[in-house]
Amino acid sequence: MPLSSEEVRRIAELARIGVSDAETRAVQVQLNDIFEMIGRMQKVDTEGVEPMSHGQDLKLRLRDDAVTEGDQRELFQSVAPQVEAGLYLVPKVIE
Amino acid sequence: MLNASLKELAAALAQKKISSAELTKLFLDRASRLNSALNAFITVESEKSLAQARAADERIAKGDAMPLTGIPVAHKDIFVTKGWRTTCGSKMLSNFVSPYDAHVIERFNAAGAVILGKTNMDEFAMGSSSETSFYGPVKNPWNQERVPGGSSGGSTAAIAARMAPAATGTDTGGSIRQPAALSGVSGLKPTYGLVSRYGMIAFASSLDQGGPIAKSAEDLALLLNVMAGFDRRDSTSVERAAEDYRRELDRPLAGLRVGVPKEHFGEGLAADVGKAIEAALAQLDKLGAKRVSISLPNSGLSVPAYYVIAPAEASSNLSRFDGVRYGHRAKNYRDLADMYFRTRAEGFGAEVRRRILIGTYVLSHGYYDAYYLKAQKIRRLIADDFAAAFKQCDVIVGPTAPTVAFKIGAKAADPVQMYLNDIYTIPANLAGLPAMSIPCGFGKDDLPVGLHIVGNYFSEAKMLNLAHQYQKATDWHQREPAGIRP
Repeated sequence: MPLSSEEVRRIAELARIGVSDAETRAVQVQLNDIFEMIGRMQKVDTEGVEPMSHGQDLKLRLRDDAVTEGDQRELFQSVAPQVEAGLYLVPKVIE
Repeated sequence: MLNASLKELAAALAQKKISSAELTKLFLDRASRLNSALNAFITVESEKSLAQARAADERIAKGDAMPLTGIPVAHKDIFVTKGWRTTCGSKMLSNFVSPYDAHVIERFNAAGAVILGKTNMDEFAMGSSSETSFYGPVKNPWNQERVPGGSSGGSTAAIAARMAPAATGTDTGGSIRQPAALSGVSGLKPTYGLVSRYGMIAFASSLDQGGPIAKSAEDLALLLNVMAGFDRRDSTSVERAAEDYRRELDRPLAGLRVGVPKEHFGEGLAADVGKAIEAALAQLDKLGAKRVSISLPNSGLSVPAYYVIAPAEASSNLSRFDGVRYGHRAKNYRDLADMYFRTRAEGFGAEVRRRILIGTYVLSHGYYDAYYLKAQKIRRLIADDFAAAFKQCDVIVGPTAPTVAFKIGAKAADPVQMYLNDIYTIPANLAGLPAMSIPCGFGKDDLPVGLHIVGNYFSEAKMLNLAHQYQKATDWHQREPAGIRP
């Protein structure tokens, strides 16, 4: 079923990406083309097939519960848009 | 020197016929002269490169050289590089100077290689033409009206135009192999987990894999020796003994079973590409390989499954770009939510936004089973097809891409047509298998064609053996584009 323009707006809201009203129509058409192509896989019978989430059978590696990283706050914050007193600044959230 | 193999360059350095500083300068000069025409590099920092080259020269003088010491290597701008601007082809990271090195960069630095510069690419590696870069499209050195393929198109164009003797790339759905094919160079995507993803800016984590790009299979083997290796900081890095990927290069091909999948020679394959591939298969027959007809029945479903799985993972990975800790932040905003919306709308280009939206949708409440779970089941079917095929053959061979390089702009407005470029390369990513592309002739308009070689897990040495034997018998990999005018 094709996506409506309301659905496109809802997805953009979830993705935290601003999509203007002017763009919505073009995005809707392209997404619907793509989902039509993706839809081909719905015709395949996958009953009983084990989903594959990864390219290899991996066992999760564990490490010792020890501190391995030093303090590099200044270095890492040197590329931040706005910092003050070692904190990342964002617009006020609570009034 | 521009056409020399890495082995020859290493010998010239060892015999003091040239210094690393001179060699680096030679490639820096050529890169800067041709870059205005080809746009293969986003960032070049001659002083940094030359400082590394001088350090390499000291190391060589001390007799402390390794095989790549003093050799300049161009890195795809997806590998974060300490002190270098690392953009991933995006406006989002246009001001990002990395505070640390990717594992791949660390390995090359430890080997004494020189960073020649950071190569252009599709934004966040999302594309098959290197047109979606915020820094402008890369031009194909064989014909500047054509795309070089993507997403590692800056690296493949740099090798084709002899702006660099070696380069790195990453491959999520074909991003090393497809541009290698369209640019007429050699490129290898290793088995998933062989090369650490630490510091390789994430697109789709269950598929992303870094690998080498060069003129020949022999060069690729030398580069892979440096790139591959266990890294505890990547939870999917495989822990296994180091290999010398050159060890099987000289083995004769007699008796090697080469699987030819019938599904990769049907509708959609351009006649000129098909003809070049048939000629390559005939050459492999002559070298004593045994052709086996195989089937990969679910191969056609790889594009639909990929365009669920890769965007799903991307939508999660790219949520980190929110204008708080690094990267672009919108100038004007009302509140925190508005800052996110504007930052991401401004910072990401159209294709990246599109893929984030696809991924967000397929993971959203009520659609997960129909899309994501379904795609994961198809992924299993595709991996099972390969497992069955490798019972009958040692390697699988076919076309890398369905056509030769297309015109810049030709597919930019039609995402689905663009996505179908990767129809032959995506299956190996979904299964996690190693795969490579080598030049095997020319098609329409004298543009290069690539031969795709897929191996079983961790059989890189065997694939490189086939590629090297083929390259010993042919000279396609030594051809270079004529008359690039800056």
